[in-house]
Amino acid sequence: MEQILANGLYLGAQYALIALGLTLIFSLMNVLNFAHGQMYVFGGFVTYTVVAQFGLPFIVGLIASALVLAVMGALIERFLFRPVIRKSKRDESTMLLAAGIAFFLDAVILLLFGEKQRGVPKVVNGVFNWDMRLIMPYDRILIAVLAIALIVGFILFMQYSRTGRAMRALAQDRMAAQLMGVDVDRYSMIGFALGAMLAGLVGGLLVTITGINLGMGGPTSVKAFLMIMIGGAGVISGAIAGGFILGMMESIGLTVLAAYGDVTYLVIFVTLMIFLAIRPQGLMGKPWG
Amino acid sequence: MAPSRISTPRLLGVLAFLVGVFVLVPAFIALTGRWDFYYTLTSVALLSVAAAGVWLTFYIGRINIGQGAYALTGGYVSAILITQHGISFWLTLPLAGVFCAAVSVLIGLPILRLRGVYFAMVTLVLTEVARLTALALPITNGAKGITSIPLPGELSIFGLTIIPDFATLENPKLAFYLMAAVLMVVTYLVLWRIVNSRLGHLCRSLQQNEELSASIGVNTAMLRVLAYAISSFFGGLAGAIFVAISQSIYPSSFVVQDSVNFMLYCFLGGLGYVFGPMLGTLLLYFGWDLLSVAKEYQLLIYSGALIALMLVLPNGVLSLLDRKGGRK
Repeated sequence: MEQILANGLYLGAQYALIALGLTLIFSLMNVLNFAHGQMYVFGGFVTYTVVAQFGLPFIVGLIASALVLAVMGALIERFLFRPVIRKSKRDESTMLLAAGIAFFLDAVILLLFGEKQRGVPKVVNGVFNWDMRLIMPYDRILIAVLAIALIVGFILFMQYSRTGRAMRALAQDRMAAQLMGVDVDRYSMIGFALGAMLAGLVGGLLVTITGINLGMGGPTSVKAFLMIMIGGAGVISGAIAGGFILGMMESIGLTVLAAYGDVTYLVIFVTLMIFLAIRPQGLMGKPWG
Repeated sequence: MAPSRISTPRLLGVLAFLVGVFVLVPAFIALTGRWDFYYTLTSVALLSVAAAGVWLTFYIGRINIGQGAYALTGGYVSAILITQHGISFWLTLPLAGVFCAAVSVLIGLPILRLRGVYFAMVTLVLTEVARLTALALPITNGAKGITSIPLPGELSIFGLTIIPDFATLENPKLAFYLMAAVLMVVTYLVLWRIVNSRLGHLCRSLQQNEELSASIGVNTAMLRVLAYAISSFFGGLAGAIFVAISQSIYPSSFVVQDSVNFMLYCFLGGLGYVFGPMLGTLLLYFGWDLLSVAKEYQLLIYSGALIALMLVLPNGVLSLLDRKGGRK
């Protein structure tokens, strides 16, 4: 039991961090970022390159991932999303753009880093063992703690910094924020950069444990969509809740349903669809996002 | 948008299109000997049938990224009926469509209440559900899939052969191409008819403002389920023929990627145009195929072109016509 909960928490922390970036971008720009999973993979590969190829410490790799992805996110917003949003008749046109960017990042990753599974050596060795009831390698604990620290840092940033306040105002009502003197373009760009940075950070964190490969992008995006649907799209608390709920469900499901074969995700999906039929906006979302 | 009476230039355009599809393409392939084009073009025709369904859900203001689920379902229905019950392929074709439509009514009733990205994400998940269900159910034979499905047999009425047995043909590729092309033409005819009927007007009112149209007495709940069912019918049909061509089906025959692609075809062609999805499918699928000469840069060029096209024409390729015809 303790083991299941601990696994759920560990999975939930990393999931929540992925969902945060996606929901931030969605709330600011009404864009469903299909490329989120690819950004995550890209971040993982940057950390891998810095740590395994250049032999620099892990923390440097993590910072490099964050920086590279933040710059990439800012450029994507400035030169791709902004003109398309301005010109298109329907909001959904951005989905094609997002999907195009997802393909593009896949292609770039393939050319730059290849299709092989990559990983970096463990950051810390050893396994935490509490009476055989709870077994967890130290590096997983470290990653979970780092992820939770990042989530807390992100919430504090959104809550108390000037930039965070501006972005929250923007998410609430774009027009009103603009009238209050918020530089909409600038904060959209910062928001997109921040969202991409979070994806890159998770990639950097997880490359030490699960490694990274080209094919992980798409499934990660789908999982991130799930989380923000559970919690409610565009709501930060919802993304965190969604992440932890999905982590727990996965952890419990893998243990309880193991006897029936590989049906955990089927059960999760079906539960989710029933849940959404009853509460379409998720746990904390605004109706019709 | 479209005039109530079919004008002469429009009729000529349709005629030219039909001649192109049924005469020029086979002639061109026979001349150049590029028989592999048949497979590509058959795929284009079938994918555009499925994309037509996606387009119809766009038409009621819903982003549908779940067509892969129905294509997979349709494929399995056809495959199971042929291999386990010995039913003729031609009979399984409508059955697969109807089955998908029925399933989509059941699923659609609750989820069509969702809007915007919520609906989009649920339908995306639906594709995964279909794949995982196919893996888990015993009747679908799990990950091994169903293989060595016989080619479509003879279709005859009162002893009169309408379509010969595909296995006896010397060139089944051409036969499949013609079948897919006929299906495509019929599908778009139906779609065009729907859009220019009372139903189409009602759908447009849903797209613009659902509350408003409900308030003037439109049965929005029924209408959107109906549109979704028609959409899924097309998906199932296309899936069933794909299975007949590849003679096999696996849970991974249609995945999230395919569902996303159907959506992209619609976007690229233009959401405001009935023939948008057909053009989008042709450009994207054929373009992808031609780009295979670029080897490892294939995806890079393809996605780069996609992004560039989006920047230049965010409302789809067919929005070029708008500009030429002046402001609407």
